[in-house]
Amino acid sequence: MTSVPVFLCLTIVVATTAVSAAPLSGEQLAFDRGKGNCLTCHDIKGGDSPGNVGPPLAGMKARFPNRADLVAIVADETKRNPQTVMPPFRRNLILTEEEINAIVDFLYTQ
Amino acid sequence: MLRKISCDVLPIFMLVAAIVLGTAPPARAADTADPKAAFTAFRAYFTSRFPKVALDDFVNGPYSMDEGLRKQWKEIEEFPPYEFAVDKGKEMFAKPFANGRTYADCFPEKGISIRQNYPYFDTKSGQVITLELALNQCRQANGEKPLDETKDDMAALTAYMAFTSRGKRFDIKIPDDPRALAAWRKGEEYFYTRRGQLNFSCASCHVQSAGQHIRTEVLAPALGIMAAMPIYRSEWSGMGTTSRRFTTCNAQVRAVPLHPQDELYRDVEYFLTYMGNGLPVSGPGARP
Repeated sequence: MTSVPVFLCLTIVVATTAVSAAPLSGEQLAFDRGKGNCLTCHDIKGGDSPGNVGPPLAGMKARFPNRADLVAIVADETKRNPQTVMPPFRRNLILTEEEINAIVDFLYTQ
Repeated sequence: MLRKISCDVLPIFMLVAAIVLGTAPPARAADTADPKAAFTAFRAYFTSRFPKVALDDFVNGPYSMDEGLRKQWKEIEEFPPYEFAVDKGKEMFAKPFANGRTYADCFPEKGISIRQNYPYFDTKSGQVITLELALNQCRQANGEKPLDETKDDMAALTAYMAFTSRGKRFDIKIPDDPRALAAWRKGEEYFYTRRGQLNFSCASCHVQSAGQHIRTEVLAPALGIMAAMPIYRSEWSGMGTTSRRFTTCNAQVRAVPLHPQDELYRDVEYFLTYMGNGLPVSGPGARP
């Protein structure tokens, strides 16, 4: 009888370790409330209940042919537009450079 | 990781806001000349941005902005989730303290139909007195322990007091005392200052982005935002006072919340309630 709870416990530990070890994909980072959380303010294909504070994130390659421009917006849009409500993700250490790059990769598929 | 963001960019931010005014929703609804001028500009900002919303309807927050939410709200109001709090507050209000006195003894008009006059600036103590602070001062003056200012019993008391004041129009005064004007200005400054890891001011959401969606939520307009307090929030599964709203707002933008009845929070409440002068008390309210 006692072996069942122990087994369950081990399963949970393994599962948790596996989740935290794998880096989040660009899409996961964009949807995750604790990370990019882009969906809270932007419509993104494949995301449920998007917000509309910012513009929909579609046709990104055509809108931002220069990748550095898009990276700069995610990193700190207040530099370009001091009035923006968009959080400065890099400046305020919300996202790492790698995470921003993964998000931009994902956005370029939109 | 939490980091407090300095606000030294604010003057530049305001200058740019003034220059581009008209091309994008302004970050400020009003410039600080004096409270009366700020009040007029603040109201005009919201009424011109939402011309279809009746002035008195702003007190209904997100429901004034979204038809779908409004329908849900009408259904919720058939069996209001704050009703239990109103009943409990009424009972508490009538029950004498150990010394035989009651809450009614501490307030003008025995505490009935007075919500519209709170918060007020007390020229004796030189500070803003909110309803929550007045209730706790009343308890302490009568030998009782103060209540948690954010929920439960406190929210029940203010729910009852708001309920008896429904429809009364807010009438917040700035007495001829430089400290009162200073409190109002400090509240205004706090309201427009960006903070927290997410770099939001109160105005970022409730002025600049009012009526817009963050996921399924609709951001309430700042005009009349105090009128429905206290509120039952489904997100909290319970009642909350203005200070509960302020502390959770700060936490949501990843800033460090102040003490629930910190002087600054009381100043913000003073500023915001003044900006909603003339609008009717709608509290207690129900919010998603």
